[in-house]
Amino acid sequence: MASLDGALLDFKRMERLADGESPLHRLEPRAKLLVTLLFMATVISYDRYAVTAMIPLFIFPVVMLSLGNLPPAYIAGKIALLTPFAVAAGFFNPLFDHEVLLRIGSLEITGGWLSFTSILLRGMLTIGGGLILVALTGFPAICRALEQLGAPRLFAVQLLFLYRYLFVLLEEGGTLSRARELRSVGKRGLGMRSFAPLIGHLLLRTWRRAERIHLAMLARGFTGEFHTTRESRFGGRELLFLSGWSTLFITLRLWNLPRLLGTLVTEFIP
Amino acid sequence: MHMADALLSPAVGGIMWLVSAGTIAYCSHRVREESDDRTIPLMGVLGAFIFAAQMINFSIPATGSSGHLGGGLLLTILLGPWAAFLVISSVLVVQALFFADGGLLALGCNIFNLGFIPAFIVFPLIYLKILGKEPDRSRRSVAVMVSALVGLQLGPFSVVLETWLSGVSALPFTTFLLLMQPIHLGIGLMEGIVTIAVVTFIHQARPELLGILPKTASRNSFPLSALIVTFLATALLTGGVLSRFASRNPDGLEWAIAGVTKEKGVKGPELGVHGTLASLQEKTALLPDYSFSKPAEAKSAPPNPAGGERKESRERVGAGSAGVLGSLLTLALLFVTGLLLKKRITPPSCKASEDGLP
Amino acid sequence: MSHSSVEVRNLRHLYPDGTVALGDVSFRISQGESVAIIGANGAGKSTLLLHLNGILTPTGGEVRINDLLLTKGTLATLRRSVGMVFQEPDDQLFMPTVHDDVAFGPLNLGFKGEELERRVRDALERVGVGHLREKAPYNLSGGEKKRVAIATVLAMTPEILVMDEPTSGLDPHARRRLMGLIREFPHTKIFTSHDLDMVLELCPRTIVLHEGKVAADGPTLEIFRDDELLARCRLEKPFLMQGCPVCGKRKAT
Repeated sequence: MASLDGALLDFKRMERLADGESPLHRLEPRAKLLVTLLFMATVISYDRYAVTAMIPLFIFPVVMLSLGNLPPAYIAGKIALLTPFAVAAGFFNPLFDHEVLLRIGSLEITGGWLSFTSILLRGMLTIGGGLILVALTGFPAICRALEQLGAPRLFAVQLLFLYRYLFVLLEEGGTLSRARELRSVGKRGLGMRSFAPLIGHLLLRTWRRAERIHLAMLARGFTGEFHTTRESRFGGRELLFLSGWSTLFITLRLWNLPRLLGTLVTEFIP
Repeated sequence: MHMADALLSPAVGGIMWLVSAGTIAYCSHRVREESDDRTIPLMGVLGAFIFAAQMINFSIPATGSSGHLGGGLLLTILLGPWAAFLVISSVLVVQALFFADGGLLALGCNIFNLGFIPAFIVFPLIYLKILGKEPDRSRRSVAVMVSALVGLQLGPFSVVLETWLSGVSALPFTTFLLLMQPIHLGIGLMEGIVTIAVVTFIHQARPELLGILPKTASRNSFPLSALIVTFLATALLTGGVLSRFASRNPDGLEWAIAGVTKEKGVKGPELGVHGTLASLQEKTALLPDYSFSKPAEAKSAPPNPAGGERKESRERVGAGSAGVLGSLLTLALLFVTGLLLKKRITPPSCKASEDGLP
Repeated sequence: MSHSSVEVRNLRHLYPDGTVALGDVSFRISQGESVAIIGANGAGKSTLLLHLNGILTPTGGEVRINDLLLTKGTLATLRRSVGMVFQEPDDQLFMPTVHDDVAFGPLNLGFKGEELERRVRDALERVGVGHLREKAPYNLSGGEKKRVAIATVLAMTPEILVMDEPTSGLDPHARRRLMGLIREFPHTKIFTSHDLDMVLELCPRTIVLHEGKVAADGPTLEIFRDDELLARCRLEKPFLMQGCPVCGKRKAT
C-alpha cells in the first residue's frame, strides 16, 4: 500500500472528484452502489477462459468516466498501479495450464494464457468499477447507501467516524514516522525497538482523542442515538439508471458481442 | 494476503458476503446491547489508527525487508471480539473502495479471513484459553504469539481455499498452500512480536485499557462462537464444494463425463460427483453460457489432430480471427463512445476535473 | 438571554488515581460577563470547564447554571444553556460534512425539518462560513474549523459560551478575525487561554487558577499588574503590557 502521505493525497483527490457536478454525481448513491455491484458480479461470473466476451463490459467504465466527467488518465493510472497484483495472481496460470485452446493462424494460445488475460481483464474491470463508484459518490454517501440498504446503523456510523479520522490519523502517523526517520541513520533506528513505542504512543493518543470526541458529543446533547437529516429519494432517474445498466449487463453476459460482430464482418465483407 | 476479485467466483464471493454481512449484523447488535455510547467513536477512531499504523514500517533484522502491523489481533485484545470484528471490517471496506485491496466482491472473503478468524476463532479458542484466569506478562505474551501464528496460518489457508473453490486460478491447491503457509509463518511471527511489544507498552502506560476486556468478552462468547464456527463450516463445505464444481471449469464437466467411458473406475467417486452435478446443472441451467452457447461452439470447432479425444472442443473464446477482429471493433466503438460522451458533457461542468494536485 | 449565570461553589475534583485536579473552587459569573480563566499547564482549567456543562461529576461542591443545580435530572436542560467549544476543532467536528456537524446538536435537541435547517443556516452565517456548508471538515483551514466548531455550538442557542483556548493554533490574521467575532457575541462568555493578549482585549474579568485553587479573581488589568502573583502562578504579562523591545515604552499599563 502507498505511504501515509500518498494515501492522504489519494483520499483528498477522490474526495474532490466526488464533489464534482454531473448527472451521475447527482444520482442517488444506492443506485450507483447497486449498479457497481451488479457490474462486478457480471464480470466475475464469466467463464475462466472468457476474454473477448468480456471486452464489451468496458462500456461501463467508459460511459461512467465520460458522463461523470472524471479524469480518465487518473483513474487509468490508479488501475495500472494496482494491476500488478492481478498479474501476480494470474502469473501461475500459464505455468500450470498448457492446453492449447485457441488458434489464430499458426499461433497457438494455451488455456493458461487465456485465463491469465481473463484475470487481467477481471482485475481492471473490478478495480475500475470500484474506483469510479467512489469518485462519483464519495465515501460518506456510500455509507448512507449501505445503511439504507440494510446495514446496521451502528456499523455505518462508526464507518463514518473511521473515514473522518483517517485524515487526522494519517497526518499524525506521518508526523511521527517522519520524526523517526529523521533521527535514524539508514536502517538503523527503524527497527522494532522504535516501532513498538511509536505505534503504542499513536494508539494512546488515538484513544485519548476518542475520549475527547465523546466529550464533545456529550456536550452537544448526545444520548447514544444518531439521527440523520439527509433524505434521499430513489426516483425515476435512479430506476432508469439501474434497470438500463442491468439489462445491458445481462445482455452482454448472454451474447458474445465481439464474436457476433466479427462473424458479421467476416461473413458479409469477404 | 487479500483475496482478490479477479480470482473469485460469484458463488464463493456471494456466500462469503452473506456470512460476513450476517456477522456484521449480529456484532452490531451485540455492541449496541453491551457497550456504552463511548464505543462508537472509539471504534471509528481505532479503525483509522489501524489504517495509519499499517502504513508505518519497521525493518526486519538480517533480511533487508520490512514489515508492518496487521492489527486484527491487537484490536480484538483492546475492544473485544464484537467491536473488533466491526472495526476490521470497516478498515477492509475502506481499503477495498479506495485502494482496491481485494475489491468489493471479495470483501466478504477478506472480512472473514482477516476479521472473523482473529475475532471469533483465534481470540476465544486460543488467546483467552492460554491467558487463563490470572494473566501475567509472560502468559499474555505467549497467548499473543500463539494467536498471531495460528491466525496467520488460518487466514492464508482460507485464501487458498477460497481461490481453489473459485477455480479461476490454475494454481494447484497444494502448490498454492505450500507457497502461502511458510511465508505466513514468518509474517505471523512478526505480527506476534509487534503485537506483544505494543500490548506490553499499553500495559505499562494504561493498564486499564487491557484490563476490562477479558471479563466482558469471555462471559458468554464461547458457546456462541462455537455455534457460529459450526454454522460456517457447514455453509463453507456445502456452498463451497457446490460452487467449486459449478463454477470451476464448467466445460470440464462435460469432458469429465465423456472421460468416464475411457478411464473406467479410476476416478470413480469424483466422476460420480462431477456427473451428478453436471446433469443437475444442465437441468437448472444456472450458468447461461453453459446451457446454450456451448453446444453450437463445440460442433463448430475443428478437431485437434494431435490430441485426439482431448478437450479441443473447448475452443470457446472466439472462433479464431472473427473473435479477435470483433474485439478490436468493439474496443474502437467503446473509444468513440467515450470521446463523444466526453465532448458532449465537458463544457457545462469542467470544474470537477481540474484540481490543484499533480 | 434573559437570565444566565454560572455559579461554582466549593468545587472539588479528584482523578481516579487520587490526584487533586480542583480543590475548593468558588466563583460566580453573572449575565453578560466575559471572564477568562487563566493558569499554567495543569492548573485545572480544562477540568473546571468540563464541570460547567456536567461532563465531569464533582467529587465535592456544586455547580449552578442559571441558579439551577447541575444534577443528572437537570443535565439535559442545562447542556442546552451552556455551549462548549473545545480546544481542538478536530475533536469537535466529527461528522462527514459541516452541515451534518452543525445539525448534530439541534437534532439531539429534537429539532427537525425546516426549523433544523434554519438553525444550521443561521449558525453558519453568524460565524461567516455559510459557504462551507457542504464541505468536509478535513478540507477546512484552522480558522474555518474554529468558526465551524463555534457554529456547532451556536446552533443549539446557548446563553453561555464556554471556550477552551479559542485562539490556539491560529495564524495572526485568523486570530484577529476570530476575536472580533467573539467580541460581538452577546452571550455570557467564559474562556480559558494562554493567549493573555486576547484575555486583555476581550475579558474585563480574570480568574487565576493555581494548583487547582483560585489564586486571584478580579479585574483583568489589576491581575496583570500584580507581578508577584503572575510569577507565583507561572504566568507572564501580556505583550501589550510589556515594554516595547525597541524603545521600552509600554502601550497599556
